[in-house]
Amino acid sequence: MVGYVGRRLLQSLGVLLGVSVIVFGLLHLTGDPTRLLLPLEAREEDVRQLRALLGLDDPLWVQYGRFLARAVRGDFGLSFKHQVPALALIFQTLPATLQLTAAGLGLALVVAVPAGILSALKRNSLLDALCSVGVLLGQAMPVYWLGLLLIMVFAVGLGWFPAAGRDGWTSIVLPATALGAFSMARIARMARSGMLEVLAQDYVRTARAAGIRTFVVTYKYALKNAAIPLVTIIGLEFGILLGGAVITETIFAWPGVGRLAVDAIFSRDYPLVQAIVAVLATLFVVINLVIDLVYTYLDPRIVYVRSAR
Amino acid sequence: MSVTATMLPVVARPRRRVSFRAAFGLGALLLIGGSAVFAPQLAPWDPARQMLTKRLRPPMWQARGLREHPLGTDHLGRDILSRILHGGRISLGVGLTAVTLSALIGVTLGLLAGFFGGRADALIMRIVDVFLAIPYILLAMGVVFALGPSLLNVILVMGATRWVQFARIVRADVLSIREREFVAGARARGNRPLRLLLRHVLPNALTPIIVVATLELAFMIIYESALSFLGLGVQPPTPTWGWMLADGRNYVATAWWLATFPGLAIMLTVLAVNLLGDWLRDTLDPRLKV
Repeated sequence: MVGYVGRRLLQSLGVLLGVSVIVFGLLHLTGDPTRLLLPLEAREEDVRQLRALLGLDDPLWVQYGRFLARAVRGDFGLSFKHQVPALALIFQTLPATLQLTAAGLGLALVVAVPAGILSALKRNSLLDALCSVGVLLGQAMPVYWLGLLLIMVFAVGLGWFPAAGRDGWTSIVLPATALGAFSMARIARMARSGMLEVLAQDYVRTARAAGIRTFVVTYKYALKNAAIPLVTIIGLEFGILLGGAVITETIFAWPGVGRLAVDAIFSRDYPLVQAIVAVLATLFVVINLVIDLVYTYLDPRIVYVRSAR
Repeated sequence: MSVTATMLPVVARPRRRVSFRAAFGLGALLLIGGSAVFAPQLAPWDPARQMLTKRLRPPMWQARGLREHPLGTDHLGRDILSRILHGGRISLGVGLTAVTLSALIGVTLGLLAGFFGGRADALIMRIVDVFLAIPYILLAMGVVFALGPSLLNVILVMGATRWVQFARIVRADVLSIREREFVAGARARGNRPLRLLLRHVLPNALTPIIVVATLELAFMIIYESALSFLGLGVQPPTPTWGWMLADGRNYVATAWWLATFPGLAIMLTVLAVNLLGDWLRDTLDPRLKV
């Protein structure tokens, strides 16, 4: 167990190192970063001076080393546009994004898990049919379109919720619904097939044959085992939601990291873009690490399977 | 008695419904694909033609709607139907090319990782983890913006950020295929690794590749319109569904049809591809988890 945790930790560090290479590469993809900092009519001499000042004349690996050494300490430099440390900007906006993501994921779970389980229990019923149509639509509707539709119907048409901004609890309803819909569909589908699989297991049949009440068999025996695979996809789902938040926040003018990122990309604010990508990736890695560890606790067989690889 | 009565439907029924879904998916996809291919012949108007006297006309069944513009016109007086038909060319074309590219990258890396194992495997799988961790949409936006949004760059970036799915599935499959006897047999006959991979291992890993490719196509269509929607896709005047949605966004309060119809087109296409993908998975390899 300890060996597994240690190996998993090391692996996460490796992933973060890889992320840092890509984040570093982002800036250099633009060619010469000094061109972004100086006005177009800057003299050749000034450009050269700035290059030297920023250390851009050093070999790439030296620059990378310097970048990494600073990034580890949370220093991604000043945002070109706002002239404050990039990380500070992120920490200002991160709570809004986490709130939205949590609301989206929470909504998805609250709706999808019961829906998936019920449609597995009442297979081929009307409810099951409705759920599977819902799943198909949910997986086919892009978040930006669903967002626009929600605005058209519930903000412009009915006036129940605000169309944009983050002001009071009503403002989170539409963005969270738009963001959570895709996950909702996926989770409902997983919950349904997971439950069906478990219900077909021998131990469920044995329990039933032994005369244990159906209610107990379903909710105590089957549900617990069906929940295990759901735990892992929540980690992956969280990553998808963080990505989806970029678009959702743009549509609903939600003041989170996603909107900050879009704004940073369009204003060529590369230190900020780098910092955001790094922070979101780190968040993803940490959450998945935690979930993996929880998972091994729930289902101890996993450790052996994975180390056998 | 009651036991058999409740048990029976569990075993027999789903088959037929699945094939209806598949038929629906295939039919819709053929229709959408056909109308994209023949868009120049089918579209009633030039998709770029602006008719400023006929701006923001609603669909023809509404008051003020015009017969010659069945789905209405946008803020520049361009025919929505014609733009949707032409937009399908980009969505499907970019989607298909991007999936092909990402399959090429992913399958190659997955084959190498699964077949050779050891260090190659460890390295490739860590790269996979890195790509899983980075929000691909941000990476794509950053790269497209840096390189400049063009058809080619959009396809390259989409392919380069989504190959992970292929690599994972192929690797897992190859891990078991390489242990099979026919591979050992082919090796014993003196086949070299490359030939072994291409002639014996790859053909046996084809099923999951086809399934993943179909489901990824649905994803790529959404991905492409998302980039377009954010202003980083294929640039105007080429009509794309994502751009149309972005235009429509400014008119959600006054002209609902601007954002509704292109979105409907995206949803229908994705739905059709998904149905087809689900069916392929259920028939070819029901155990596959994608």
